[in-house]
Amino acid sequence: MSRLTDLTISAARDGLAEGDFSARELAESHIQAMEAARPLNAFVTETPERAIQMAEASDARRVKGEALPLDGIPLAIKDLYCTEGVLTTAGSHILDGFRPPYESTVTAQLWRDGAVMLGKTNMDEFAMGSANVTSHYGPVESPWRREGDNRALVPGGSSGGSAAAVAARIALGATGTDTGGSIRQPASFTGIVGLKPTYGRCSRWGIVAFASSLDQAGPMTRTVRDAAIMLGSMAGHDPKDSTSVDRLVPDYEAALTGGIRGLRVGVPAEYRMDGMPEEIEALWRRGEEWLTAAGADCVPIRLPHTKYALAAYYIVAPAEASSNLARYDGVRYGLRVPGDSVDAMYEGTRGEGFGTEVRRRVMIGAYVLSAGYYDAYYLKAQKVRTLILKDFTDAFEDVDVILAPTAPSAAFAIGEKEDDPIAMYLNDVFTVPASMAGLPGISVPAGLSGEGLPLGLQLIGRPFDEETVLRTAGVLEDAAGFDARPPAIPGA
Amino acid sequence: MALDRDAVAHIAKLARIRVPEAELDTLAGELSTIISWVEQLDEVDTDAVEPMTSVVAQRLKQREDKVTDGGYPDKILANAPESVASYFAVPKVVE
Repeated sequence: MSRLTDLTISAARDGLAEGDFSARELAESHIQAMEAARPLNAFVTETPERAIQMAEASDARRVKGEALPLDGIPLAIKDLYCTEGVLTTAGSHILDGFRPPYESTVTAQLWRDGAVMLGKTNMDEFAMGSANVTSHYGPVESPWRREGDNRALVPGGSSGGSAAAVAARIALGATGTDTGGSIRQPASFTGIVGLKPTYGRCSRWGIVAFASSLDQAGPMTRTVRDAAIMLGSMAGHDPKDSTSVDRLVPDYEAALTGGIRGLRVGVPAEYRMDGMPEEIEALWRRGEEWLTAAGADCVPIRLPHTKYALAAYYIVAPAEASSNLARYDGVRYGLRVPGDSVDAMYEGTRGEGFGTEVRRRVMIGAYVLSAGYYDAYYLKAQKVRTLILKDFTDAFEDVDVILAPTAPSAAFAIGEKEDDPIAMYLNDVFTVPASMAGLPGISVPAGLSGEGLPLGLQLIGRPFDEETVLRTAGVLEDAAGFDARPPAIPGA
Repeated sequence: MALDRDAVAHIAKLARIRVPEAELDTLAGELSTIISWVEQLDEVDTDAVEPMTSVVAQRLKQREDKVTDGGYPDKILANAPESVASYFAVPKVVE
């Protein structure tokens, strides 16, 4: 039998059902992989005892014939999700020692369905970053390397620890969150599948807030089917999040069958950007050919406001962040730097507790919301956002799904792009527009760069049409036949 | 718009973040670069456009106005850096 850590979620589910191995054995294999992979720094907190406990409970349920949909599946949880009694840091110094007295809705639903928690994954501080280099707990290394070059590469971000854990066969799947691309871009960089659902599909309750009108939870897995399986457990209405949508959670796995004959796929001209590497353009064309061969019609579409999405995002997201992060004041949880007055305590705590990228964004946010500038920046950005959504709404009158690259490059080395914030922001140029419009998007590993690094293709769907997105992603996945493995899987 | 040292110190004050004197100039440069970059939005004609308030077309749900949770001050205070009885404690605000 192949190594248990190489299984997909669906294969592990079958193996558990047939008694080929126990949930405990599956958990133990992954705990060993997690220990062996410590040099990647993918986890802030490992929870092996909890994993064994949950796995034993899972085995006991199975013996009684009461197995649940995700029973015994070991998962890694981004450290942005509050987990009861388990350190939750959001990658920030300011949440030192924070053990939430409650569980996020999405993780509670995963445990309800029998999943097993391996630990909490490293991430960019407060999910602000595209390379997982802003974490207080240090950068995450991707298990990938360029051919003939042993320099450590970034896994992308902000869900970089989750991406590295799934790519390095430490976890069968992981949760991520996506505000402007934080699930899809790291998925593209590490050769895995990352799905950002429609805004409102998953509850945000208990997930540390970054930009509340954009944040969305989603699965990171090694196959499209696994993403469908995880989403089925993560999605659903939650009375504790008034923006979570009260509509039926479809059977996403069932949506994978049926093919895409006659499907209309839009190819947006505006995503063909100056300076984009030729190999990414070539991969995008190959994606069109694959979908056409499966019976879809690929047609050119226009999304004229695409080029303004990133700038609008870098007003809206910091503005919401400056408001959300006002709660970190040294009073109720986390770090406190003592001061002579309350203000001195606030300023000291926040000065010391926030890293440089978070400080930049909170200050940009405070500025664009401040008296005299609100209309010029924040209101303007929200108007541009209306136009971006309208572009997509118009396009979806003609097409069913949109095909584009996920990121403008493959992974880069740790340390690159760090002295220029805007160069780092440009990583998200293809993912931010769908985020601004609240639309579902998925990244599917589709090929390797000339240097041997994974490249993803992105599909964007209509609101709440994750089913079409997943079905089309499954076709891309089959056609691409991506089976490359990262060369540096520790312990393998 | 370019932000100078004083403007950055003012924003830091608004955001309640202590910024060391020595970092003000660097930060002014970085924030100015970002602000000038986002000002490309001025190219977009938004005269007849409504600002977005909700990305998903749905009515905000309302619920009955009643207490549905609470009654566990110990849990709430468990993470407090400093607490006294059932209260969060902070430096003295009023003499």
